[in-house]
Amino acid sequence: MQQKLKNRIGILGWLGGGRYILDRYAYTVHRITGLAILAYFIMHIFVTGQRIGGHEQWESTMAFFSKPVFRIGEFLVFLAFAFHALNGIRLTLVELGWLIGKAEVSEYPFRDSTRRHRPVFIVIMLFAAALMLIGGVDFYFVMK
Amino acid sequence: MRESRLWSWHILSGVIILVLLGFHMGIMHLSHILLFMGIGSGDPVQADQVFQRSRQAAYMITYVLLLGAGLFHGLYGLRSIFFELSLPKIAEKTIGGILAVAGIGLFLYGSYIAVVVFQMNGVGS
Repeated sequence: MQQKLKNRIGILGWLGGGRYILDRYAYTVHRITGLAILAYFIMHIFVTGQRIGGHEQWESTMAFFSKPVFRIGEFLVFLAFAFHALNGIRLTLVELGWLIGKAEVSEYPFRDSTRRHRPVFIVIMLFAAALMLIGGVDFYFVMK
Repeated sequence: MRESRLWSWHILSGVIILVLLGFHMGIMHLSHILLFMGIGSGDPVQADQVFQRSRQAAYMITYVLLLGAGLFHGLYGLRSIFFELSLPKIAEKTIGGILAVAGIGLFLYGSYIAVVVFQMNGVGS
């Protein structure tokens, strides 16, 4: 009978637990950004629900959320979205088997599927950085 | 089989979110750059703009789709985080049930808002 191994490290395993490489930390950031976006999304449902009170209710809600602390939070959510979305595209392509190459006989020096798609990972992170930069320009510099 | 099906929906909802939330982020958070390029007009969170969008059927449908996809994708992800912690079966079932009820409740609330605002008449309603 197959033994189910317990996860003894738990959440701390997100920070380290062996010979973690770059992609393992991308997984951790993906999880953290996902939780941040989920928390924001649930609050967003209730905030946008204020539309039901009409124009005045909406305008007073937006006046409250136009404070600098909320603008910074909004920008952080945008950064989280940029990373989570683009890394999610990479993860989807990997899980569908499109970036990991064909099975081959293992010969030294060994190349695992993670390292095989490392160039794609780097390109996607550059796209994410570019998107974050564009968002930053819009949030803080253009027409302010 | 059930877990495979849920995972497939997780991927599918991610693709739906990528498209719909991509548009939403562009309209809401890149509005100044789009305006600079001659696309769109005004502040997207201004009341007139918000209610004008909310009263269009296409926007209402996409809001409901995005709401459903976002809630499923996010809450399934949260469920995956909990399930990796090697919890007892009863705890897993309880967490799964709570997240399902919360997701359905939030979806019903958000959809209700979208439909009611869509049906609102005139400025200042």
